[in-house]
Amino acid sequence: MINIYEVAETNQMIEKENLDVRTITLGISLLDCIDTDLEKLKSNIYNKITSVAKDLVKTGKEIEKKYAIPIVNKRISITPIALIGASACKTSDDYASIAMTLDEAAKEVGVNFIGGYSALVSKGMTVSDELLIRSIPKALASTDRVCSSINVGSTKTGINMDAVKLMGQIIKETAVYTADRDSLGCAKLVVLCNAPDDNPFMAGAFHGVTEADAIINVGVSGPGVVKTALEKVRGENFEVLCETIKKTAFKVTRVGQLVAKEASEKLGIPFGIIDLSLAPTPAVGDSVADILHEIGVEYPGAPGTTAALALLNDQVKKGGVMASSYVGGLSGAFIPVSEDQGMINAVEVGALTIEKLEAMTCVCSVGLDMIAVPGDVKDTTLSGIIADEMAIGMINQKTTAVRIIPVIGKKVGDIVEFGGLLGYAPIMAVNSFACDEFVNRGGRIPAPIHSFKN
Amino acid sequence: MKKTIITVVGKDTVGIIAKVCTYLANNRVNILDISQTIVSDYFNMMMIVDMNESAKPFDVIADELTQIGEEIGVIIKCQREEIFDSMHRI
Repeated sequence: MINIYEVAETNQMIEKENLDVRTITLGISLLDCIDTDLEKLKSNIYNKITSVAKDLVKTGKEIEKKYAIPIVNKRISITPIALIGASACKTSDDYASIAMTLDEAAKEVGVNFIGGYSALVSKGMTVSDELLIRSIPKALASTDRVCSSINVGSTKTGINMDAVKLMGQIIKETAVYTADRDSLGCAKLVVLCNAPDDNPFMAGAFHGVTEADAIINVGVSGPGVVKTALEKVRGENFEVLCETIKKTAFKVTRVGQLVAKEASEKLGIPFGIIDLSLAPTPAVGDSVADILHEIGVEYPGAPGTTAALALLNDQVKKGGVMASSYVGGLSGAFIPVSEDQGMINAVEVGALTIEKLEAMTCVCSVGLDMIAVPGDVKDTTLSGIIADEMAIGMINQKTTAVRIIPVIGKKVGDIVEFGGLLGYAPIMAVNSFACDEFVNRGGRIPAPIHSFKN
Repeated sequence: MKKTIITVVGKDTVGIIAKVCTYLANNRVNILDISQTIVSDYFNMMMIVDMNESAKPFDVIADELTQIGEEIGVIIKCQREEIFDSMHRI
């Protein structure tokens, strides 16, 4: 039988160490909503989302109460809208009007975000893919809860450099459209390589076409729990360190598994996967950077950081895999800058640069995340940063992403405040040497060879 | 049988257990096990209870216990046993 110490340990994790379930994300297929008439399509989409997800928030709250564990976000992911709108949308504005329908549906059912204003263009863009991409600035400026993601590359197809070039322009344009809100639109836009179909985390969540009609995916979290566990093994060797991370990840993930099964049963929707990511928040003590510090680097960015992150990421997966019947999504440590107080501090003292962050993304999910840069950065420079990150994903057969925010009117050293879970960020310096000729070539980077690994 | 764990944490004072047990008895909640300990003047108690006979639903009992806790200056939490089982048992 459960004893008082185990009960106290669990409750200490929840109350003092920010253990929570980060998100229950309900994936909904919109394939059966497709229609050639735009108004009919929008009404089909609205009706499907509001009927399938009507009990999502209520169910989440019931589970929170039953186990006294916070479930921070309830979200929806949908089939990429570029596919759904292809036969009805003739202009970018047609696509943007679907974004408004999604926003209304999200508000009606009370979810925090809806992800899937997306296009999958890793090899080529259809006319409708391009219309959707060009509608992103307006779509994100005129909605509150819609998130957009574009998959521009994969290990199997290579990198669509035309899409990479276009996304540099679109990110900049999105920043301009939301300049009055510190370019917040870009915080809801992510460019991906090897995007998973079942990711529950925003802004990159969408419901892939390989998925069932509706599915429950859950993202757990708990950087604070790992950090506290590591405080008890200071000075011990790597074996002890790794075992401690693994055991802690197991416990954290088991809570996610319990919540996912329960939500699935109550909603009558099948359980999909648990995403094992360590996801930080701006709250003090809920930081991946603090774990790296506890492992032994003064600040993230110091020599040793990439190795520390690699072992952390690997041990979290090893512990988590056994705790859950199905694992998927992104599953790794997130290293967003603005959403992690320890990362913000590291940037402010000059320990962490974009280049080091890029190196760190080689060993963990997901990529350059929530990085604020000066608003006058060139479009081609943004495309160059995206191309670098996509190449890391393509060659290493992993998901990588770029969520970068050129903040209009701000320069290096300024601070930008996004609010809520998105946090605040110091503006980081970008390498100012040009890559225009590289980006402007056009075409595709071919898929990589899978032998001669070096 | 689905079991519930009630935890009481706070400054030690006279009558904490009495107050909680009286409430549980009045609501036909059966206590299966109690353990308690005092850590640096802080009272820690855990009860394993069976609520199946109670006329009130789980969330009402949880809210009322929280309220009793507030009245006597301790924190009372009510959680289904599964969260502890899944975390601490393979």
